[in-house]
Amino acid sequence: MNTESKATTDNDSVHQPPIGESQGERPPVRVLIAKPGLDGHDRGAKVLVRALRDAGFEVVYTGLFQTPEMIAAAALQEDVQVIGLSILSGAHMTLFPRIIEELRLCGLADVLVVAGGTIPKADIAAIKALGVGEVFGPGTQLTTIVEYITRNAPAPSPPW
Amino acid sequence: MVNASQLVERLRDDKRALPRLMTLVENEDPFALQMLDALFPLTGRAHVVGITGSPGTGKSSLIASLVDRIRISGRPVAVLAIDPSSPVSGGAVLGDRIRMLARFADSGVYVRSMASRGRQGGLAWATAELVHLLDAAGFPLILVETVGTGQDGTDIAVLADSVVVVQSPGLGDGVQAIKAGILEIGDVVVVNKSDQPGADQMVRLLRNSFGLGQSSSNRAVPVLASNALSGEGVDSVLAAIDAHCDWLDQNGDRAVRRERGARAEVLSGLRTSLERRLAQRPESSPALTNAIARVTRREMTPRRAVEMLTAPLTGSNVS
Repeated sequence: MNTESKATTDNDSVHQPPIGESQGERPPVRVLIAKPGLDGHDRGAKVLVRALRDAGFEVVYTGLFQTPEMIAAAALQEDVQVIGLSILSGAHMTLFPRIIEELRLCGLADVLVVAGGTIPKADIAAIKALGVGEVFGPGTQLTTIVEYITRNAPAPSPPW
Repeated sequence: MVNASQLVERLRDDKRALPRLMTLVENEDPFALQMLDALFPLTGRAHVVGITGSPGTGKSSLIASLVDRIRISGRPVAVLAIDPSSPVSGGAVLGDRIRMLARFADSGVYVRSMASRGRQGGLAWATAELVHLLDAAGFPLILVETVGTGQDGTDIAVLADSVVVVQSPGLGDGVQAIKAGILEIGDVVVVNKSDQPGADQMVRLLRNSFGLGQSSSNRAVPVLASNALSGEGVDSVLAAIDAHCDWLDQNGDRAVRRERGARAEVLSGLRTSLERRLAQRPESSPALTNAIARVTRREMTPRRAVEMLTAPLTGSNVS
């Protein structure tokens, strides 16, 4: 983490140094957006990928039909700090526990997991109890998601 | 100083260590750069293959298909796939992995996406350093997919031992095929999407254009057709890459390329470092401030200002 976070104005971004991190802010946060299970609709996921890109995140998008094992493998290899799960199929109570367990097995328990899609309010408490940081339902402002991730993404610490 | 072989063991035992080290090197974390110092003497063993070409020609799909074939022989392989960062937000969508999901459970395949973070030319600032990490970690074969580049993104030529230029039908005529630029750096040229109309003609055009003159290395550049999705022709592409690898060893060209790579990495690092220092604190250099003011007042051309500023570096005497 960087200690000399100086206030920067919007104008500063015009004169960016050739390296991606703008003006002494922290380097871009890596995020994985995944669509678990049998769910063929990814417009919402793409809207979020785009919003995160525009907010300065580096977003790995792996597309539809991801198994828990695929999600964990991608998160491990890509070393993302955040995983966003988008689900519209209704299978979240089946898939999320398996994804969280798979992440734990891969040593990825510290990765921030957030979820979105059509998840009934009644299920949210149980999902958060699994260790999912936040659940963003339909109608959530993109800025709300961006702010949450910005605030809660862990900084990548040395491996030993 | 950390012991390099102990480090490699750590990377092998802790599946998370290498990916994390790569993130930290990208972020220029001092700890990770020290680890790279320790590992660097172990590098230089991997064969580095650059895969480049215009956006949408099928580079990622071709890599997925190549990886399948590489794994038949049991060779571990790492893929480093670069996508562009936004010049506006600094963010990026890294979407190459989506074509390479089939072997997610194969521990002999490592796929890593990276954003260019403002660098032009098809690579990211830290691409070479991440290649060094993969090399030290023991991957004998590393495939580097560049940002989709048209005519000009040729930085991969100095990083890679072999360069595969991927084209697809409909990208131009016989004049495009003799233009300077990306086609010149190909050690293997592939026309992908061979099932689409115009593919045969494209292969012919490219073969003709390569027949018009000598390549810089005095080696005939193979032009091959492939269909990455069906797998047709991909065996030949892999065979051509392996043949180029052997050719480098037999002709002593590998050493030449390595020297060129080292030179390019140091020079580009030097340029970057200077640029960043000046961009971050222009006021810290009175000479720079003075030069900009003189150019603004039209007393001096920008070229003369640069000559004046670099005079201490080049040893020349400009007033």
